[in-house]
Amino acid sequence: MTSVAEAPPGSSVHLRLLADPAGSRLDTHLSQHGRLPVPDASQVIGMARDAGLTGRGGAGFPLWRKLTAVAATRRPAVVIANGAEGEPASGKDKALLSYAPNLVLDGLQLIAAGAGSAVLYAPAAAHPALRQLIDQRRAAGLDRVPVRLVAAPDAFVSGEESAVASAVAGRDAVPADKLVRITDSGPDGSPTLVQNVETLAHLAMIARYGPGWFRTAGTYDEPGTFLATISGAVASPGVVEAGYGVALGDLIAAAGGATTPLSAVLVGGYHGGWVPADPALGVSRAALTPYGGSPGAGVIMALPAGSCGLIETARIAGYLAGQVAGQCGPCVNGLPTLANTLTDLANRRARPGLPAEVERLTRLVTGRGACRHPDGTARLITSAMRLFHADVDAHLAGRCLSEGSYR
Amino acid sequence: MSRVHIDWTACDGRGLCAELLPELLAEDEWGYPVARGDMNVPPALEPAARQAVDRCPALALKLVSARSA
Ligand SMILES: Cc1cc2nc3c(=O)[nH]c(=O)nc-3n(C[C@H](O)[C@H](O)[C@H](O)COP(=O)(O)O)c2cc1C
Ligand code: SF4
Ligand code: SF4
Repeated sequence: MTSVAEAPPGSSVHLRLLADPAGSRLDTHLSQHGRLPVPDASQVIGMARDAGLTGRGGAGFPLWRKLTAVAATRRPAVVIANGAEGEPASGKDKALLSYAPNLVLDGLQLIAAGAGSAVLYAPAAAHPALRQLIDQRRAAGLDRVPVRLVAAPDAFVSGEESAVASAVAGRDAVPADKLVRITDSGPDGSPTLVQNVETLAHLAMIARYGPGWFRTAGTYDEPGTFLATISGAVASPGVVEAGYGVALGDLIAAAGGATTPLSAVLVGGYHGGWVPADPALGVSRAALTPYGGSPGAGVIMALPAGSCGLIETARIAGYLAGQVAGQCGPCVNGLPTLANTLTDLANRRARPGLPAEVERLTRLVTGRGACRHPDGTARLITSAMRLFHADVDAHLAGRCLSEGSYR
Repeated sequence: MSRVHIDWTACDGRGLCAELLPELLAEDEWGYPVARGDMNVPPALEPAARQAVDRCPALALKLVSARSA
């Protein structure tokens, strides 16, 4: 899943982070991009704001606002590059950490200006190569703030920001209550900043080429490029880079094109939303909001016409219910109940009121956990009930519109 | 105005708070509190809300200023 697609001629795919990636070669990275400028903390905030850089880890929050909150504490912060990528359908952070890890480490130094410590949080399998690179950069005098590697466990919630902060503080990688924001006070009392690794790689490019350059890709309201992980019924699943607003059809073409007609596309991942397989649909927050979706962390999953969207969603819901961190009652009880109810519908174990029960449970779990795992799960299911409403009706009548593919 | 905050990682769901503060909280099918509205505490309910906070066996309830998210 970490192959990087070549842009087909004439497509609007736009390679930046992944253009001629240097891999872990420091010399290639330096000859391509030159040494990293050394702006101070307020200059970093200014460039992030001027560029309109938003988080690439899923929530799309403006980077400069988190930087400002941390700076306002006037205390040394713990800054963390989040490469956990717990989402099974996503491969872009792994690809980035193997194709352009120097950009991530550059970005980490940029947000570490004035910080007490800097951490790269990534799956243990990536550590040997990253450790070598970190040592090499340190020896070359590139990194003023030493970088510590912390292992991200392989679990869906291990990349949630308070779980990340907890793991970095030496505790379990599970989410914490949000009454106190970690940007004010993390698990060890220090202000804590968690940013997705891709966000940091973009910041490293902005520091070199400027906010104006950054804004030449994407849309006015959603500037820049993003990494998309494209899977499902496409010829070459993998990671593609494009500007926000890129047509869904262009992204799918960059992954080799659809292998069969598509019935729907999941955008934004397991916490995202199902949208129609309309090639002209823009992948941006503005274009996807009407479907209850957003680009999220760039996951694009193409559902072939012969597959049942309800069965696929029930499968994902079952997975998500198995990934609850076992802490919050409404999530621990509600997600399995929700997944089971949806599975009954998917398997045509129809009973009256089944869709209404699914809807009631999505509302019941939303907002009732320490993290947004229940909210994201509910969002996915709500989008499925809406987009696949004809399938819902068929299933209630004991039929399946994709009959033949499933028995 | 203040607001009731529930630390879901601490709440063990015996529903005591829903008994003490039925105007604001109901109980779900698993015994965990469900907000009836936005969890803002009208001045008249402050004393009951304080009592619920003090009596929560898991120290999961807090009264916070309505502004903090
Ligand atoms: C259940 C859950 C899992 C998450 N997993 C990840 C993850 O693996 N990687 C990531 O960067 N963000 C993940 N996030 C989002 C983080 O909480 C956080 O918003 C993000 O790391 C902030 O970085 P950004 O602003 O640069 O995107 C997750 C959120 C939730 C609710
Ligand atoms: S809401 Fe669910 S996934 Fe999130 S911390 Fe609570 S139990 Fe874990
Ligand atoms: S009293 Fe405390 S522990 Fe009991 S249900 Fe209410 S919040 Fe949860």
